[in-house]
Amino acid sequence: MASTVKGAKAPKQPLSLNDPRVRGLIYQVVALAAVAFCIWYLASNTIANLEARRIATGWGFLNREAGFAIGEGLISYGPADSYLRALVVGVLNTLRVAVIGIILATLLGTIIGISRLSQNWLLAKLASLYVEVFRNIPLLLQLFVWYAVISELFPGPRQALNPLPGIFLSNRGIKFPTPPDAAAFDYAGIGFILGIILAVVVANWARKRLYATGQTFPSGWAGTGLIIGLPILGWLIGGAPTHLDMPEMRGFNFVGGGSLSPEFAALLLGLVVYTAGFIAEIVRSGILAVSRGQTEAALSLGLTKGQNLRLVVLPQALRVIILPMTNQYLNLTKNSSLAVAIGYPDIVSIANTTLNQTGQAIEGVAIIMLVFFAISISIAMFMNWYNKRIALVER
Amino acid sequence: MSAVTAGSPKSMFDSGVLGWLRNRVFSSVPNAIISMLIVWLAVMTVPAAFDWLVTSSVVHADGTRECRAIDNGACWALIVEKHRLILFGLYPYDEQWRPLIVVGLFLALIGISCSRRFWNLSLIPIWIVGIVAIATMMWGGVLGMTFVPNERWGGLPLTLILSVFGMAFAFPLAILLALGRRSKLPVVKAICVTYIELIRGVPLISLLFMASVMFPLFLPDGMNIDKLLRAQIAIIMFAAAYQAEVIRGGLQSLPKGQYEAADALGLGYWQKTGFIILPQALRIVIPPMVNSLIAMFKDTSLVVIIGLYDLMNAAKASFVDPAWRGASMEAYVFVASIYFVFCFFMSKYSQSLEAGFARAEKR
Repeated sequence: MASTVKGAKAPKQPLSLNDPRVRGLIYQVVALAAVAFCIWYLASNTIANLEARRIATGWGFLNREAGFAIGEGLISYGPADSYLRALVVGVLNTLRVAVIGIILATLLGTIIGISRLSQNWLLAKLASLYVEVFRNIPLLLQLFVWYAVISELFPGPRQALNPLPGIFLSNRGIKFPTPPDAAAFDYAGIGFILGIILAVVVANWARKRLYATGQTFPSGWAGTGLIIGLPILGWLIGGAPTHLDMPEMRGFNFVGGGSLSPEFAALLLGLVVYTAGFIAEIVRSGILAVSRGQTEAALSLGLTKGQNLRLVVLPQALRVIILPMTNQYLNLTKNSSLAVAIGYPDIVSIANTTLNQTGQAIEGVAIIMLVFFAISISIAMFMNWYNKRIALVER
Repeated sequence: MSAVTAGSPKSMFDSGVLGWLRNRVFSSVPNAIISMLIVWLAVMTVPAAFDWLVTSSVVHADGTRECRAIDNGACWALIVEKHRLILFGLYPYDEQWRPLIVVGLFLALIGISCSRRFWNLSLIPIWIVGIVAIATMMWGGVLGMTFVPNERWGGLPLTLILSVFGMAFAFPLAILLALGRRSKLPVVKAICVTYIELIRGVPLISLLFMASVMFPLFLPDGMNIDKLLRAQIAIIMFAAAYQAEVIRGGLQSLPKGQYEAADALGLGYWQKTGFIILPQALRIVIPPMVNSLIAMFKDTSLVVIIGLYDLMNAAKASFVDPAWRGASMEAYVFVASIYFVFCFFMSKYSQSLEAGFARAEKR
């Protein structure tokens, strides 16, 4: 509308409050001034308070010795290391629980969501019971319960439960066998990564060939074969060692093998079980959003039920699912901050310890917010990119 | 896919209980295996859970040790002994009828707001009266009631105050933020977008930490606000950002014709928003608003971390007593059922509203 007015020769008017553009300008100046005043007021109070309490602001404390121990981490850390390194340990711990949690919650949630639509009455009812129970109880309470189950109800290391050979459940956490430091397992790891890359390449090639010539190629089976076969080949090249590093009871605790701390196990379990309930509902509504005619059309074209689900229903459901799913991933990541309540050393709990020891309240809270903001933005950007990739191209 | 073909004679398996079993439970081999597994799981867990919860539970005892000596089920004696602590926190014992009335007032307020007859401007005075009545009952100091400082508030009333008041006070702010985000004025839009995205990008815990360690620094010397109010402000700030997005969804789902018709009638911005847009948009967003109230109700349990005595923290306090050590599961089950009942009925209400709206849409 504005462009047409501009095109015509508008008579020059004196500035008036009745002109919506002038009023808009005034509103904006007022809003900006109000926000600026609030920030200035809070900042000046803060500076005055900090001076009165003799707290020096700044990031200098990051290089000082932290002096506290951290239960677990992905990189080596000792009390003599700096606060900066302690915070990095915290960020890595947050990322570890968030990444594993997102993968497991997606798997469990998808299974439950599909189960709720099952023909099988018992399965559908069990799935809806799961969704109703776990969605309607606060996550924090669930974390406390899981933590109490592991740390109070599980037996001590000497009477550890042994459900599978080599796996021990006790109130000190979960112990499991790990591959030892042998070249064969490194080869197997390389084989696994190569397998994934080759499977993607084969799938792309097969799709191009299908579009060009109409010939099909069993790329799913070929990919599975590559992903399973190459690690086995690597393991065989390395001499096929069958020895595993087993956890063993020695003295009062286990030695060897890998372990998950009770805190990590409780946090992961709580996050996965809680978020899976929400993901299940998203998956269910996504599948229901695909109209029945699509399935009928696919079946009448002669596709099998499995092909229909894989080639017709799921790709369309994915478009509906992707945005609410992103929100759940963000929620899971933000909810991992509840770790502080059960003592898992994530970024919040380490920043909180740092804040209490140094008195640097503003920096401590700022670090927590920055880390989560950065993670949120990265997940949101990745999911937006993915969303654009799978969005319907309208012609 | 069914094995029953059109020509086959009618058998007892086609209808009734057996037919249902055949079609919905044992329709194929994999389904039959899954069904058997579920039945096995139920046989393994349900009787044991029932035994722990009911048959072997102990209702009268003086401590965990005595409970365990009597029977090996749940020690409900903890709840019998400590239910006033869990429900009302450290509120003075003789005055606990007041928080009880407050819980009743909350239920009445929520009940009134859920009924369609009150979906108009009369809700505003009702809520103002309700809030004043709740504050009077909790603080006291008038009408012969003794004054109770808010450090002693706790339990279910505190959880309700934090969540329901958090939602109620966030609501006007959220409307402004949602309108601002859709505004054509770039500066206003930028301010609102920044606020909403900043708050939504960080966890509630970090806001609560900010409230507990940074708010005191923000205020001029000599001025102080207590912990409860600081937490309440953080929750309002948090809820406002999420509600703003919900309301924006409602604003976006209105057909463009509504905006254009209002413009054509010559209504100004505030007239258009107040008389045409908001009444329709807010109606659409009632179900998602109920969902965010449920989320808020669950999220207020995080105030445990900054040491407020809400329902969750009061439950944790109940088994700190050496005599009752080890009865954590009983306390957790008790508060979990309170949270569950509230959230479950609110979510059923929101689903029935949605279904009603969808029916109205079709007509």
